[in-house]
Amino acid sequence: MTIKKFMFVNRKAPYGTVYALESLEVVLIAAAFEQDVSLAFMDDGVYQLKKGHQTKGIEMKGFEKTYGALEDYDVTKLYVDSDSLAARGLTADDLCVPVEVMSRAELGKMMEDQDVVLSF
Amino acid sequence: MKFSVLINEGPYTHQASDSAYQFTKAALAKGHEIFRVFFYHDGVNNATRLTTPPQDDRNIVNRWSKLAEEHKLDLVVCVAAAQRRGIVDEGEAKRNGKDATNLAPGFRISGLGQLIEAGIQSDRTVVFGD
Repeated sequence: MTIKKFMFVNRKAPYGTVYALESLEVVLIAAAFEQDVSLAFMDDGVYQLKKGHQTKGIEMKGFEKTYGALEDYDVTKLYVDSDSLAARGLTADDLCVPVEVMSRAELGKMMEDQDVVLSF
Repeated sequence: MKFSVLINEGPYTHQASDSAYQFTKAALAKGHEIFRVFFYHDGVNNATRLTTPPQDDRNIVNRWSKLAEEHKLDLVVCVAAAQRRGIVDEGEAKRNGKDATNLAPGFRISGLGQLIEAGIQSDRTVVFGD
């Protein structure tokens, strides 16, 4: 099978809308198709990776653990926009998985390098 | 060029489906190929045949069905997203014990693998969403 570079761009907070959850579903399918998968997190999307999701009070299924499980699907390229982190008072230490923090310019270059960019 | 189109938003609330329709029509008119149109997130709501917009407004669902018929388009609705939002064909109705179906003509329900395949097979995958 042809292997293409798929990048999933996550820009929304995890529970306010369904995008983050449904984006993860596509990521897992892309991994099952053995594609070259990476994830980018920017804007409120960086909140998806923040440690300690507590969803009981909003009666929604938490999916923080899924980010930790991505490694099992050989999805290890997680890129986070440094400006988006800084604007929200976060650092890489606040995140639930190891990531590569980079500037917008660097992230832009990564995007240029992709075959398919799906933005959610 | 071979294009695929991803639509992530529902009809009327958001322009995504309108823009995707105009893009698809224009691409076909220019002689390009549309490998697949994939409906995800609230985009699956573009596939319900039960919408009744005012008569002086565009009928977004029927417009897709017509375009699909004219150009043999492959309009695919994500099954997981469809189940969440109540978009049902006969197979799904039977499987999940529902008493009705609402999938519009020209659409089919299938898995997310169809989106990844579209990305692999197409020269460009164009996303319409928020």
